[in-house]
Amino acid sequence: MSPLPARFSDWFTARGWQPHPHQITMLERAADPALMLIAPTGGGKTLAGFLPSLVELGENPPAGLHSLYISPLKALAADMRRNLLRPIEDMGLHIRVEDRSGDTSQTRKKAQRADPPHILLTTPESLALLLSYEDAPRIFAGLKRVVVDELHALAESKRGDQLMLCLTRLAALCPGLRRVGLSATVGDPPALASYFAPHPAPCRTLTADPGPDPDIAMLRTEATPPWSGGGGKYAMQEVLEQVRAHKTTLIFHNTRAQAEIFFHHLWLANRDNLPIGIHHGSLSREAREKVEAAMVAGQLRAIVCTGSLDLGLDWGDVDLVIQVGAPKNVKRLVQRIGRANHRYNAPSKALLLPANRWEVIECQAAIEAALAHDLDGEPRGSGPRDVLCQHIMVTACSGPFDADQLFDEVRSAGAYATLTRAEFEDCLDFVATGGYALNAYDQWKRLKQRPDGLWQLRDPRHAQQVRMNIGTIQDADTLKVRMRGRGRMGGGKPLGEVEEGFAASLVPGDTFLIGGQIVRFETLREMEVQVSRDRGRKPKVAVFMGTKFATSTQLSARILGLLHGDISALPEHTKDWISLQKSSSQLPRPGRILVESFDYEGRAHSCVYGFAGKNAMQTLGLLLTRRMEEAGLGPLGFVATDYATLIWSLEPMHDPAALLDPDGLREGLDGWLAENALMKRSFRATATIAGLITRNLPGRQKTGRQATFSSDILYDTLRKYDPDHLMLRITRDEAMAGLIGFARIEEMLARTRARVDHVVLDRVPPFAAPLFLEVGKVPVEGAGAEAQLAAEAESLMQAAGLV
Amino acid sequence: MNGCAFTFAGCELTLLGTGALWWGEAGLLCVSDLHLGKSERMARRGGDMLPPYETRDTLTRLEADIEATGARSVVCLGDSFDDLDAARGLAEDETLWLARLMAGRRWVWIEGNHDPGPVEFGGTHLAELHRPPLSFRHIARPGTAGEISGHYHPKARIRLRGRSVTRACALVDSDRVILPAYGTYTGGLRSDDGALTRLMRPDARAVLTGSTPCMIPMPR
Repeated sequence: MSPLPARFSDWFTARGWQPHPHQITMLERAADPALMLIAPTGGGKTLAGFLPSLVELGENPPAGLHSLYISPLKALAADMRRNLLRPIEDMGLHIRVEDRSGDTSQTRKKAQRADPPHILLTTPESLALLLSYEDAPRIFAGLKRVVVDELHALAESKRGDQLMLCLTRLAALCPGLRRVGLSATVGDPPALASYFAPHPAPCRTLTADPGPDPDIAMLRTEATPPWSGGGGKYAMQEVLEQVRAHKTTLIFHNTRAQAEIFFHHLWLANRDNLPIGIHHGSLSREAREKVEAAMVAGQLRAIVCTGSLDLGLDWGDVDLVIQVGAPKNVKRLVQRIGRANHRYNAPSKALLLPANRWEVIECQAAIEAALAHDLDGEPRGSGPRDVLCQHIMVTACSGPFDADQLFDEVRSAGAYATLTRAEFEDCLDFVATGGYALNAYDQWKRLKQRPDGLWQLRDPRHAQQVRMNIGTIQDADTLKVRMRGRGRMGGGKPLGEVEEGFAASLVPGDTFLIGGQIVRFETLREMEVQVSRDRGRKPKVAVFMGTKFATSTQLSARILGLLHGDISALPEHTKDWISLQKSSSQLPRPGRILVESFDYEGRAHSCVYGFAGKNAMQTLGLLLTRRMEEAGLGPLGFVATDYATLIWSLEPMHDPAALLDPDGLREGLDGWLAENALMKRSFRATATIAGLITRNLPGRQKTGRQATFSSDILYDTLRKYDPDHLMLRITRDEAMAGLIGFARIEEMLARTRARVDHVVLDRVPPFAAPLFLEVGKVPVEGAGAEAQLAAEAESLMQAAGLV
Repeated sequence: MNGCAFTFAGCELTLLGTGALWWGEAGLLCVSDLHLGKSERMARRGGDMLPPYETRDTLTRLEADIEATGARSVVCLGDSFDDLDAARGLAEDETLWLARLMAGRRWVWIEGNHDPGPVEFGGTHLAELHRPPLSFRHIARPGTAGEISGHYHPKARIRLRGRSVTRACALVDSDRVILPAYGTYTGGLRSDDGALTRLMRPDARAVLTGSTPCMIPMPR
C-alpha cells in the first residue's frame, strides 16, 4: 500500500505528475531518526524532504512548530515558501508556513517567537540566533522534523559546522527529533552521512536514481585557445551558436570578474540581440532578482553566471550548461551539469570551454572523471574550534549550562565526534576568561561558574552583543576594492570586489582593471583593497583572473595520468603541444617531480611541476626561493599555477632535490608564515568568529579613526607574549590547510617522496612557456624597505626644498 | 639610539624610532597617548577580552628609551591611561614596574581626555607644563607657539618605488609638534585628515617612526 494519502496522490495526478520513487521511500522511512537523501539536481529533492511533514500535519494540525527547514540561501527559504504554498492551498491544508532570515522584519520575528508556524523556513544563522534566546525551549517545543537542504554545500564551510552544532542543541531540546539531509551527488556519501549523523547513532543514506549519464563534451572551436589566461574570449562565435541552438543556456564561470568580461565580449558579438543576462554574487540583490524573474518567465536565452547559480531554484527550461574555464573540481562540475535539463530521466547536456592550453587537458580529465562518477572529496578535518567557541557563547546566552552535558552534546556532531575534553576546556576557558597565559580578567570574566557548577554570563547584557555577531560568514573569498579616500573613515567609493588570492598576489604599485577603469593597488587593509586612480597607463595586470579554487587532488592526478594515457580525445593543437614537450624535454610523471632548468633573457629559470593546486604551488614558490636565498642563488621572483611554479634567479638551480628536501621544510615556513598577510587575514577571521574581536557593537558610536586599531596589532602582540594562545593555534592550523596549502605540499612530497627528475635545457620548454604569461608574479624581497625608505625621504625633502 | 633630529623653537629635539621625543639639553623625554590599561577597560565595559599584554609591551619600550637616553625628566602628554579606573586597575607587577621607572627622576603626568584627573602614581599632575621656550599639553591649541602635544595619533604614508609604507609619525612646523601615540593598542589618524591639515602650517613635516626615523613633507 502506498504511504501517500489519497488527498496527496490525487494532487499529483491533477498536476499530471507522478511521485518519484525516492519521494515515496522518504515517506516510508519518515520515522527514521536520521536520513540523508542524495538525488541529482531536479530530482524533486525538496518535495521529498517536505512530503512527510505535510502528510503528518494533515488537514487540521494543532498549533506549534512541527518542521524546520534550513537552507544556505535566504532567497531559497523565501522561494520555498511560495513553492510549498501551492500544494498546501491546492489540497486545502491548514498549514502555516513562514520564512525567517536577516531580512525578516522585527515585528514579524517577534510574532514568530510568540506563536511559531507549523513549518519554519530559515538559514543556519537565524537558527543560531533563535537558539540564543532564553525562550528557545518554548519556541521549539514539539518540533518533530528538521530538514537541511543543500547539505553538500553547507558541509564545505563553517556555516555547516555551526549548523551541526545547532542541531545538537535542538536534539537536546526536542527528544525524538528526526533529521533529514538533502544533498546533491557527492564523492563520499558515507563521510557526509557521518558529518550529519547524531553521533553515535548512524545516519542512513537513500540514493535516488542518478538518471542517465550526462551528455558532456568539450566545445570545439575554430580558433585555438590562448597559451595562458582565462575568459574564453576566443570562442564567442561558437558560444553564441550554441545559445542560438538551445532554449536556455547557463554559461558558468569560475570567477565574477571572468563572468563580467565574458558577458561584455558576448554582448559585443551578439549581433542577433539574443536576450542574455548576467548573474553573480557581486551584483545587487535587485539586479539578481530581476534576472531570476526573467529567467523563470522564459525571457532569457542565456545567463552568464558564477557559483551564485550553483544552488537554488530548479530552472525548468535550461537545456544546456556551458562551463567556461577548467572546473578545478569534478564534484562542482557534475553539480553544474545537473542544472541543465531538469526533466528527470533526460540526460543533462553540457559543454566545457577551456580558457587556455593547460585547461584543455584539465577539461578532458574532468570529463573523463565525471563520466566515471569519480568525484573528488577533500577531507575537511575535524570541527573548527573557533566555531565551537561561538557555539559555547551562544549557548550561554540562552541560559546557564552544564559543561559536561554541553561537551557530550557537541561530540554528537560528526565533525566534533573526536573532540577531546582538553580541547573543549580550551575553548570554554577562552570564552570565559580570554584564555590567556596571563590571568588578567578575573574580575571581568565573560562567563562565571555558579556554586551549583553551571556556567552563565557574568553580565546578562552581554547577550545582545553576542547575538549581533552570530555567524561565520567572513566574506573572505572576495575583498572589496575601494578608491583610497581622503578624510573620514570609509574613504573613497567602492568599485567592486576582487578575489582574495588575486589581492594577496598584488604588490603596491601594480595596476589593474576593474569596472572599466585602471587603478593602482595601494594597500590591503582591514579586508579592503585600497586603490588609487592611475590615468592613462596600460594596466600591468590586465585583469584579475585568479581562480578561487585550487585544482583538486584527484583531478590533478587524473591530469598527470592523462598525459601518459590516451590523449586521442584532445584537440590536435594540444596533442602537438604534448608531443613537443615529450621530445624536447620530458613529460611530468606521476610519483615524481619534474624540474626543468633553462636560461631565458639572460636569467636562470626553473620550472617545478608539482601538480598540487595553486595555493600550494604558490607556497612552494616561497619556500624554494627562501632556500635559494640561503644557498646564494639570488632568487628574483616566481609565479605559480595549479600545476607548476616558475622561478627566476641570478644563479641557476643545480640541485633541486636538495631544495625540495622535506626535512625542515615546515620549520623554514615558520618565520615567513608568521609575517604573511594571509596568516594575518586568517587570524582576523578566526578571532572574529571566536569572539575575540567584535564586528558589531550595540549603540556603537563612530569616534575618530585613531580609536580603532588593526587586528594585526593583536596578532603581533599575541605572537610576542602568548605564542601558544588558542587563537594562534587555530589560525596556524587553518592557514596551513587552506590558503597556504601546506597540506597539499605534504601530500605532494609524500606522493613523490621527493624523487626529482631534473632536466637542463637550452631553451624554454613547451609546458613552461605559458607560465611566462601568467599574472600574479611574486617578487622576492631584495633590498630592505628601510634603506629604500630613507632614500625616498631624502629626495622628497629635497624636492620640496625643505632641507 | 636611532632617531631623527630637528630644531624646534631653538631647541634641538630628536624623535626616537618608538615615537618618544628626546630633548637632550633639558634631559627630558616626552611620550604621548600611552593608553595603559586599555584591554582591562574594554573587558570591564563588557567589550572584547583583548590580549592583556599591551601595558607591559608599552612599558618595555618606555624603559628601553629611558635607559638609552638617561632621561632625568619624563613627561607623559596625556591619555597615559585608557581611563582613571584603568590606572587603578593596573596589575601589581605593572604598577611596581611603573614605580621603578619613576624612581629617581622627575615625572609629569599631563591630563588627557581619557585621564582627566590625578592618578595614584606619584609624580606631578598638571593640565599643562611650561618649560620655556616649550609648553606641553595634551591637545594642540591653535594660536600658540613652541607647543608639544599629542591626542591625534598622527600617521603618514610614504610611497616608495613599487610599494607604500604607513607609519605613526610626529608632525612638526614652526609653532608645534604633534607626537604619535606611544601605546601598543592605538590606531592612527592619517596626516591628510582635516583635523590635522587645519592645525599644521603648509610647510609642516612628518617625522616617521620605525627602525630608521626620517623626515618627509607632511602628506596632506
